[in-house]
Amino acid sequence: MTGLASIGPAVLALLAALPPAAQPVVFGILAGLSIATALVVLLHRNLVIRALFLVVHLISVAGLYALIGAYFLAAIQVIVYAGAILVLIIFVIMLLNLQRESRTGPGLASIALSGVAATALVVFLVRAARDFRPTATSTDPEWGTVARIADALFGPYFFPFEVVSLVLIAGMIGAILLAKRHLEG
Amino acid sequence: MDPGSYLVLSAVLFALGTLIVLTRRGAISILMGIEVMLNAGNLALIAVSRSLPSASSAGAGGAVEGPVLAFFVLAVAAAEAAVGLGIVLALFRQKESTDVDLARLLRW
Repeated sequence: MTGLASIGPAVLALLAALPPAAQPVVFGILAGLSIATALVVLLHRNLVIRALFLVVHLISVAGLYALIGAYFLAAIQVIVYAGAILVLIIFVIMLLNLQRESRTGPGLASIALSGVAATALVVFLVRAARDFRPTATSTDPEWGTVARIADALFGPYFFPFEVVSLVLIAGMIGAILLAKRHLEG
Repeated sequence: MDPGSYLVLSAVLFALGTLIVLTRRGAISILMGIEVMLNAGNLALIAVSRSLPSASSAGAGGAVEGPVLAFFVLAVAAAEAAVGLGIVLALFRQKESTDVDLARLLRW
């Protein structure tokens, strides 16, 4: 277990020590991996395999977070998404014994309409992204570390932080109420 | 690295998530598509935040607001997944299926 637990910090240290020239290469690998796994999630027939590829997708996006420098978010992404949410999803798939979710696939018209909508979305978002001009490039090596995020979370963003904990408790109670078979007794 | 390439990647991933939500009919697949979309949004937030000036005094450049907002998105996504899967369980108990097209009681 200790061997497994030291993988994460080792990967983070590796990414932090990356020379600037190697960054586009790592970005290309992680971007390709995330797009390919998202395509598998989109197209594969088996629900369990799709859920497992979603794990790979989320971990590759976590790698991108670490590449940008948001180390805390990368660790949280692996722990919360790949660790907790995906376990919940796979647990429900196994509990309900779902192999194929619905008897009928999507209709041809719905696929065509969705494709048009997604293409329009990509064009719109890329055009908007081209207008973005960076005003200050951070040289702070500590930018996304736990210390910086904690300073913000327990400083100016303390109230939203507490509200989020309330949202989580409300969500938990709601989930229990929804999943319970009989409310009385 | 240039935040523009991250923004383009995030746009592509968001569109892929939208495609999953639009073409699938199973409730769990739709939830998985929503997770992909939320992640794409988080990626854009973090990439942009690195190259914007900080609003608070802490830190030598690079707004910390992006990671903080992404953290909140992550927490809300966790709550959403818990409630969503609870709804899936309730739907399956009623209809013996998670096909969202079968849940049409409120449709006129």
